[in-house]
Amino acid sequence: MLDFTPKEIKERKALVINPAKTCQPIGAMYAALGINGCMPHSHGSQGCCSFHRMHLTRHFRDPIVATTSSFTEGASVFGGGSNLKTSLKNIFAIYDPKIVAVHTTCLSETIGDDLTTIISEAAPIIPEGKLVISTSTPSYVGSHITGFSNMVKSTLQLLAEGEGKGANGKINIIPGFVNPGDMTEIKELLEKMDVPFTMLPDTSGVVDSPMTSKYEMYPEGGTKIEDIKDAGNSKATIALGTFASEAGSIALETKCGVPSTAIKMPVGVKATDEFLMEVSKITGKPVPWEIEKVRGQVVDIMVDTHHHFHGKKVGIFGDPDQVIAMTEFVLSLGMVPKFMLTGTPGKAFDKQIEKVLDDAGVNKEDSKYMSKGDLFLFHQWIKNEPVDLIIGNTYGKYIARAEDTPLVRFGFPVLDRSVHTYLPTVGYKGAMRLIEKISDALLERADRDAEDKDLELVM
Amino acid sequence: METKDKIQQMLDAYPAKTMKNRRKHIFIKDSLQGEQHIEADTRTVPGTMTNRGCCYAGCKGVVLGPLKDMVHVVHGPIGCSYYTWGTRRNKADADDDGKNFINYIFSTDMQESDIVFGGEPKLEKACMEAYEIFKPNAMTISSTCPVGLIGDDVHAVARRVQEKTGMTTFAVSCEGYKGVSQSAGHHIANNKLMTEVIGKGEKEVEGKFKVNILGEYNIGGDGWEIGRILDKIGYTVISVMTGDGSYETLKNANQADLNLIQCHRSINYIAEMIETKYGAPWMKVNFIGVESTVQSLRDMAKYFGDEELAEKTEEVIKEELKEIKDVIAEYREQCKGKTAFLFVGGSRAHHYQNLLAEIGIETVAAGYEFGHRDDYEGRKVIPTIKTNADNKNIESITVEKDEKNYKVYLSPEKYEELKKEIPLGEYKGMISDMKDGSIVIDDLNHYETEAIVEMLKPDLFCSGIKDKYIAHKMGIFAKQLHSYDYSGPYAGFKGAVIFAKDVSAGLNTPTWGYITPPWKISPVLEGELGGEGTC
Repeated sequence: MLDFTPKEIKERKALVINPAKTCQPIGAMYAALGINGCMPHSHGSQGCCSFHRMHLTRHFRDPIVATTSSFTEGASVFGGGSNLKTSLKNIFAIYDPKIVAVHTTCLSETIGDDLTTIISEAAPIIPEGKLVISTSTPSYVGSHITGFSNMVKSTLQLLAEGEGKGANGKINIIPGFVNPGDMTEIKELLEKMDVPFTMLPDTSGVVDSPMTSKYEMYPEGGTKIEDIKDAGNSKATIALGTFASEAGSIALETKCGVPSTAIKMPVGVKATDEFLMEVSKITGKPVPWEIEKVRGQVVDIMVDTHHHFHGKKVGIFGDPDQVIAMTEFVLSLGMVPKFMLTGTPGKAFDKQIEKVLDDAGVNKEDSKYMSKGDLFLFHQWIKNEPVDLIIGNTYGKYIARAEDTPLVRFGFPVLDRSVHTYLPTVGYKGAMRLIEKISDALLERADRDAEDKDLELVM
Repeated sequence: METKDKIQQMLDAYPAKTMKNRRKHIFIKDSLQGEQHIEADTRTVPGTMTNRGCCYAGCKGVVLGPLKDMVHVVHGPIGCSYYTWGTRRNKADADDDGKNFINYIFSTDMQESDIVFGGEPKLEKACMEAYEIFKPNAMTISSTCPVGLIGDDVHAVARRVQEKTGMTTFAVSCEGYKGVSQSAGHHIANNKLMTEVIGKGEKEVEGKFKVNILGEYNIGGDGWEIGRILDKIGYTVISVMTGDGSYETLKNANQADLNLIQCHRSINYIAEMIETKYGAPWMKVNFIGVESTVQSLRDMAKYFGDEELAEKTEEVIKEELKEIKDVIAEYREQCKGKTAFLFVGGSRAHHYQNLLAEIGIETVAAGYEFGHRDDYEGRKVIPTIKTNADNKNIESITVEKDEKNYKVYLSPEKYEELKKEIPLGEYKGMISDMKDGSIVIDDLNHYETEAIVEMLKPDLFCSGIKDKYIAHKMGIFAKQLHSYDYSGPYAGFKGAVIFAKDVSAGLNTPTWGYITPPWKISPVLEGELGGEGTC
């Protein structure tokens, strides 16, 4: 497995091998699915839309709808305006969404299609009461996280109204590129705190829909358009993760004056504490015992089982907001985060990782971390200094096998296991679940490696 | 309402122009009407939610990607490369040289500055970096959408890399917007494999009854099962195009006595070009389904006309059938009487009909995602296929007879005689095998999927991942025939058993029984409902 990856690391200036990211449009497609009654639309060649639907469907194991402008060579030369107009006509006639959220691709960006103009020209074919929004997601900039961020930003810029005076008594939450299970957990925490909120996007109830023998193209979930419009009247916006969520939050502040706060994705006790403190600060609502009790249970587990984790070396890769938060979480368990890598570019990644290490009193020289890296390099790091555990998406399984190292699947995409999209990794319950996953992985390995005479019944 | 009227009703919901387009892509088979024509390989109407992919997906994703000892550098933004990483399940095992790069993907990860200032220098550097680390037997460069627009000369870069390294390197201009589906990409890849690889081998391949298997991508190990059977009979498989294939074996493909075509759509171009240039004819085979496999093996034996080979063929068939017939019969008992709706790429919607019939499942509707008219109606319609703005830009290359390496296995007279008995240079298309009353549909989209599933209520929907869970939500089992739901092989004798087992499991799993909660069926609160009294 991966036999051609040499231990010796030579700098590559042009070649990416086994990436730790994909391109913008899939993030925009996923964010658009989190709007109630929305049809995501990919303005480009058919392949982009097909690849993104394929990939999202494999991760969520649920129907993922999206349409495409089906560019041909002619459209690529003369512009895709008429393709988009034809698309909108067909989409509203046969699929009847409340809103169509268009994103660009490298093709339509390179030829310079101006979506705003095309959509305004298409006004006569957009049925009354229906909306069409768009965002620019050039595949040659950033990553799928940037695409998610851009779609959220454009949605708020185009739809949100209000004066930022908190008239609706709500707070806005931008959850980041996370699973519906995570979004559900965050919503439950806010409900327990009795805090009214709008979450955008919200894919719970969309890509985790129940089996009823009836297919619903637009399931009941997703952020309601009226709530997005009303987001400008909220007290504040909390962006969970700077990479996926902060741009939207700042855009809303700029447009409507709703104060923006960006904090870590609430993975682990410390980040969840910070999230709840922030909510409490904004709303004046205390954290109820119901939540504190679960926190106490998690800390109880951490203390009781610290010996399973302490001193174990970990390599973490994936999307930046997740990797940063996970680094902090493994530190809280007494583990040693050796390698942290994301494919998404951004110096903020290094800075935030450094802060997390500093806060934990760990010497940052003892770890390697990098944005805009790839899994070929990540593997080489591990070859040079083996770790006890890899935390990352499904693509980590090649490295895990090559190095005979356990892998805990976390983040996007997870293509080879199920159920993960329904359950949280955020909040205290998410922390509990992650502890279980990490300890299962480590202890299964310990059991496997133990000689007969050393096999422990109680651990 | 009759099916015909229901289809009309389905089409009527479209805007007028879309309706005019889509109605040419669907019909109900009726032998009394004589030849029925379908429109295929034409532009998808934007916004209909097609299942189709792009030219790049057909070229790099399908045809080139499986060649294991080559490094395939994708020139473009990261996504195009990323999505062809392990997703098609074209399995591969290294040959003696140990070179198998199937678990790696390579990209130039183009950035904005590359788009503005051109990406050639980065591409060349990337190819050199890949060469230094991997020392592959050969290298390809695949163009993605923006590359064609900004005008990077990928072919010049390939030439420079080849000059510097001495390694065969060639580029394919398979930008996603070319053609109308993956199909254009197959053709582009075929052309390049013909001009850059096939015939480059210098060593004579030893063995008797030399064949190539074309259009077999080793999904779930299909190619390995076919190889096992052919090996047992005594064939020499020179190369497989392209599942578990390699540059090293493909180089010698010109030495075959016969080319076997599994997927006609994606690879018939190479078969024809080899015949013109090197003389070996091609024959349509189908290793999906027990009867089809048996028939294909007998056709092959007939082609070679060797008594010993014919005997061995029958011996192997007998032996293999003995091993599987009881198990297949058992699964047939579990599946018989069911109906299926098939929508797959360019050949499987046809190939699987026989296998399904063997386990008692009737195909009531079938269509191709990117088939051409000949895949539906047979090769006889090829001269009548119109050129249009999209297909005329896909280069069709002409090859000439290679006097030095041309060889004739069959005399022209023998060829003509055999052609009457076996499908030499012939493919009759899917429609000929379908029953009257069944629906034939091209480039099926989401709306039509829902409508036809609702209309026919099949027990089984065989398609891909994008529509799999839509069928499941409707309570209908969906079997992926692109990726086999991560199972396989499904080809050959052993594959037929695995397919039958998987289909039976899908149809008969107890999980379907839990969809409706009991309180929706029997009243649990009887007597406590107050005034209404009923439930």
